[in-house]
Amino acid sequence: MDANELLAFARGPAFDIALIVFVGGILLRLLEVLSLGHKRDLSAPRGSGVQGGLRTVFDRTLPRKTVFEKEPLRVINGYVFHVGFLIVLFFYGPHIALFQSGLGLSWPALPSGLIDAVGAITIISLLAALVIRLNNKVMRYLSTPGDYVAWLVTLLPVLTGYLAYNHLLLPYTLMLALHLLSVELLMILAPFSKLTHMFSFASARWYQGFKAGRRGVTS
Amino acid sequence: MNDQTLGERLRQRGVSRRGFMKYCAATASMMALPPMMIPKIAAALEQAQRPSVIWMSFQECTACTESLTRSHAPTVENLIFDYISLDYHHTLQAASGDAAEHAREEAMKEHWGEYLVLVDGSIPLGSDGAYSTIAGISNLDMLKEVAEGAAAIVSIGTCAAYGGLPMADPNPTGAVAVEDIITDKPIVNVPGCPPIPTVITGVLAHFLTFGRLPELDSLKRPKAFYGQNIHDRCYRRPFYERGQFAETFDDEGARKGWCLFKLGCKGPTTYNACATARWNQGVSWPVEAGHGCIGCSEPRFWDAGSFYNALSVPYADVGGTILTAGAAGLAVGAAAAVINKARKSSATSHRETITVNDLTKES
Repeated sequence: MDANELLAFARGPAFDIALIVFVGGILLRLLEVLSLGHKRDLSAPRGSGVQGGLRTVFDRTLPRKTVFEKEPLRVINGYVFHVGFLIVLFFYGPHIALFQSGLGLSWPALPSGLIDAVGAITIISLLAALVIRLNNKVMRYLSTPGDYVAWLVTLLPVLTGYLAYNHLLLPYTLMLALHLLSVELLMILAPFSKLTHMFSFASARWYQGFKAGRRGVTS
Repeated sequence: MNDQTLGERLRQRGVSRRGFMKYCAATASMMALPPMMIPKIAAALEQAQRPSVIWMSFQECTACTESLTRSHAPTVENLIFDYISLDYHHTLQAASGDAAEHAREEAMKEHWGEYLVLVDGSIPLGSDGAYSTIAGISNLDMLKEVAEGAAAIVSIGTCAAYGGLPMADPNPTGAVAVEDIITDKPIVNVPGCPPIPTVITGVLAHFLTFGRLPELDSLKRPKAFYGQNIHDRCYRRPFYERGQFAETFDDEGARKGWCLFKLGCKGPTTYNACATARWNQGVSWPVEAGHGCIGCSEPRFWDAGSFYNALSVPYADVGGTILTAGAAGLAVGAAAAVINKARKSSATSHRETITVNDLTKES
């Protein structure tokens, strides 16, 4: 199979399979979790669950003071990675073309050079995340193989995208094919790994916030 | 006639030394050779003898020949009359019928082992090759017969090089490329639909000059012409870098000459010299004319999705796939919810009392 065939596979059947698994899998997981429900709370509410839920969905985005004071590097690195990843994903012209084809929505692209720089920073922050994880005894102890797999399948798309854009290591066509395939791997694993948090973060925060809000405390 | 060297022949035709050196310089620059190669090219060409060339047209549309006739450096007249002896070419030769086939057989006999074979068009293998025949001979048989005595084969155009349009899914004629059939001869692929005229003649000039084929890439394309992709040499590249894309063919971005990536330009994955050699004597080329590159010099370009879908966009209808997958996910999720609920209520109804004795700690 040459590079053109691999690219055709990545843009054709492989993407279809990945998209079906991704969309179907995420909805399946979310629906399954949400349908579990929880026991009816018979106590009289001391505060608004909805208010607590909404607040928590947003304010969990901010760092917890105690955690930040303990591990500022890990928290900052987490922001750098997430913001970098989202910028590269949503503001690179060719990526916007993909979203446009699926959602019919389009928005202005950022200069490719800027995306390139943000991509490099994102890669560095992912590498830093691994170093931090391995250097922290507790985190290392808590880490499962799933954590390392999630890290790897997140790194690969950013790395191959960076290498493709800069024409490094392999011919562009082959690297582009590998980039698409790595994204497809991420899409396939997302519903069945901790990466599901890309969607479930909102419902999980809502659940915690709602419960706490009803009890009149901050989550 | 063929015993004459090129130098003798050119002088006979009144070509000046200056004109000859200019041609050698143009050839050197076209093949990306350093200037110090110019005298070597001149010396080599001076001594070269016109090789016999047999051009065979199989499943093709004649655009490769149309392109060849528009070469300006060297012109096709120069090429045919001065540099090579084009002994057989359906479209360009005066002879027809038996006389034409006779010319081919004569050329083969006379220059056995030394002639160049140029092929345009793919070779149909389906129905015993009945889809395309010449003088009652199937393309497959003729190619095998002619290739046997060839010094080298040049596959002109994407059809001869990689199967091209005839091989596109579902390939009704069972078309294949030259290199799928001939495996024991040096082959150069000069893909494109059609190839750039000066690239066709440039490859021939290289063979004449050095007596061997040019350096090739993994797809057997001459690196001098196919070494870089369109995107890297595109004059619209700065707009790509700035994230400025034409969204339709008549929007403001299109009028301002912004990047055509989102309109399906395949420049990033297409290796060809269009952006540098250009077309029509350097007048323009597809991207300059306002249309994205369709990737015509790449294998299977015809089956690589819509010409108007961006490279980053998959072939299938993404929105449709999302809706189908979403519906499937919800259905399976609902089924899982029902099963979970049933298991939960069954667990509740079958709940057993646990005493402290059951809570042993396993070491």
